[in-house]
Amino acid sequence: MAYTTENNQSGLMAKAVKEGVLAGLIAFGMFLLFVGIETYQDINNQLVWRTRWGLLAVFVAIAAIGRFLTVGFIKPHLDARKLAKAKSGVLEISDKKSFFHKHFLKIALVFLLCYPFLAMMIFGRQGSLKYVDNFGIQILIYVMLAWGLNIVVGLAGLLDLGYVAFYAVGAYSYALLSANFGFSFWLLLPMAGILAGFWGIILGFPVLRLRGDYLAIVTLAFGEIIRLVLINWTDVTRGTFGISGIAKASFFGIWSFDVGAANNFNKAWGLPSSSVYYKMFLFYVILALCLITAYVTIRLRRMPIGRAWEALREDEIACRSLGINTVTTKLTAFATGAMFGGFAGSFFAARQGFVSPESFVFLESAVILAIVVLGGMGSLTGIAIAAVVMVGGTELLREMEFLKHIFGPDFTPELYRMLLFGLAMIIVMLFKPRGFVGTREPTAFLKERKAVSGSFTKEGHG
Amino acid sequence: MEYFIQQLINGLTLGSIYGLVAIGYTMVYGIIGMINFAHGDIFMLGGFAALIIFLILTSFFAGIPVALLLLLMLLVGMLMTGLWNWTIERVAYRPLRGSFRLAPLITAIGMSIALSNFIQVTQGPRNKPIPPLVTDTYHLGAITISLKQILIVVITSILLFAFWYIVNKTPLGRAQRATEQDRKMAALLGVDVDRTISITFIMGAALAAVAGAMYLMYYGVASFNDGFIPGVKAFTAAVLGGIGSLPGAVLGGLLIGLIESLWSAYFSIAYKDVATFAILAIVLIFKPTGILGRPEVEKV
Repeated sequence: MAYTTENNQSGLMAKAVKEGVLAGLIAFGMFLLFVGIETYQDINNQLVWRTRWGLLAVFVAIAAIGRFLTVGFIKPHLDARKLAKAKSGVLEISDKKSFFHKHFLKIALVFLLCYPFLAMMIFGRQGSLKYVDNFGIQILIYVMLAWGLNIVVGLAGLLDLGYVAFYAVGAYSYALLSANFGFSFWLLLPMAGILAGFWGIILGFPVLRLRGDYLAIVTLAFGEIIRLVLINWTDVTRGTFGISGIAKASFFGIWSFDVGAANNFNKAWGLPSSSVYYKMFLFYVILALCLITAYVTIRLRRMPIGRAWEALREDEIACRSLGINTVTTKLTAFATGAMFGGFAGSFFAARQGFVSPESFVFLESAVILAIVVLGGMGSLTGIAIAAVVMVGGTELLREMEFLKHIFGPDFTPELYRMLLFGLAMIIVMLFKPRGFVGTREPTAFLKERKAVSGSFTKEGHG
Repeated sequence: MEYFIQQLINGLTLGSIYGLVAIGYTMVYGIIGMINFAHGDIFMLGGFAALIIFLILTSFFAGIPVALLLLLMLLVGMLMTGLWNWTIERVAYRPLRGSFRLAPLITAIGMSIALSNFIQVTQGPRNKPIPPLVTDTYHLGAITISLKQILIVVITSILLFAFWYIVNKTPLGRAQRATEQDRKMAALLGVDVDRTISITFIMGAALAAVAGAMYLMYYGVASFNDGFIPGVKAFTAAVLGGIGSLPGAVLGGLLIGLIESLWSAYFSIAYKDVATFAILAIVLIFKPTGILGRPEVEKV
């Protein structure tokens, strides 16, 4: 007995070494040109090259050692654990949750409500600007967008690759209507949402017959068409220059945040003049918008329409056979998702004071989709956590000065941001198709909860 | 009239490049029913491989004949991207076969983002211009044909013929067609399905690499985000011709090339990409089977 296990062990090691060397060779072949050689322009603007053998060696070593460890240690370990679990036959379900886990949402909400004041107390008036604006508002915008997209992708199961188009519609509606007609933010916020929802119906109508990946590609085409029109229709949108000087949001029309205005908020409250109060106000506005999105999503999920969405996601044919009108189901999903995109867009325009087509490229759609996928399609908490980690993480990378000392002065984390997003999307789909953070379960179930499509690995169930 | 013929020639050249990329999309879709969103970035990798080989060879051997240089650029590019696509299929797509419907597409989008940003990180975000390789031009009356346009059309034709031969006349091609028709049945009849799919990915990547190298030769510049727009155009070509159909991919490529150059010539250059995207949407909505595609049966 002992002999055979030892034999197996040495056989395993030999296999691991072989696989490791093979992986190293493949990595060498793959990265030889793209990592081993760097192309750059010299002083004469001539394209020249130099070698980077050190970096290439690092890549090859990572591939070889990674493969060696996976084959030799990680996989046998996982297999053994799975076997042990299968033998014991008991599923690990515990109803006990820690205090933090149980009250997570309440704690998070209280923290968010206090966040701007905390930031101001800790970092001072000007110091907190960065934390309220770059971290707070930025992350919350993405949370809202991801929650909006979640209605389309996570609940209704329609993969929308052009979501950013509705964000653009919202932003441009606010920018154009406030610049040309002088309407206020509070009038235009619902209007932008309605307009974007309207566009959701217009764009959703032709794609009703399509399913799955074809639908995804058509929405991508629509998203790009809207962006290209924004670039080229210069009479209205001013093309790539964008629209600047967009009016700020006011405090429900009572106080203005414009410095010169008579009813200036800071003057009225006897506060020192600083833009931080406006940012704090915006933080609460976007927080409220996010909460509305979450509330609407949760309520809709319990209504017939929400159940129809989830049924549509699980199986369209069964859904039709049961007499659910798939046309209205799909259109409402598109319109509701688009509406929240429009709200976020008009908020974005008010916060930025500037919109240009640059902000609405396909990559932006991909980022939002990545957040939804990472957070676990359908799970609101999961998506919010994913947004905090991914958006906050990149902001944090930008803050870290010491990284520049390690990787050299050219180190720009924004370049790595999308690389990480892309890799994260692949890894999540490979190992945890239901998302790293949350799980998605049907809202309606008979007697007991059952697995949903993400957890099936067989064909024909999704 | 001369102007029209001139645009026709330009469109044909562009269309050949799109057609080569479109074959990769259509083959992968035919065989595993997945839109390989990262294929456009494989095309971009091919262009970069050719660029780097060009730089290395011209700096070591200053007087290298252009024909040999081009041949090496194409060959190394094909090998390199073939290896990349093989690895990508192996690592990212194969484990997902049989997972839920949208998983492969989401993974492919992630792969596309990762590939273009990998090149941006390792080779820098700026455009990479190279000196013109082939400069000869011929004049027929008012029409100008450059040698590089002839080269592109000729190389494309040779590759298409070779490709047609492989798919229709060799055991490998038979295995591919069998896998396309019914994967499980093909496996039961002794076709190594995994190997066939891997080879399909390698072949698609090799054609994309040639297209990438020729794109570089034609425009003289490479950039990390060259994968997206040409990729979408090639995908449009595949859809227009009928996805899953190989002659359809070539036909679609040529049509997209012609539409693009004629549109820019007679309507507006600014909206030329809008034209492509609009065609993509219209074809998918009204005739998802394209020109030469077979109608898809809805399976329950």
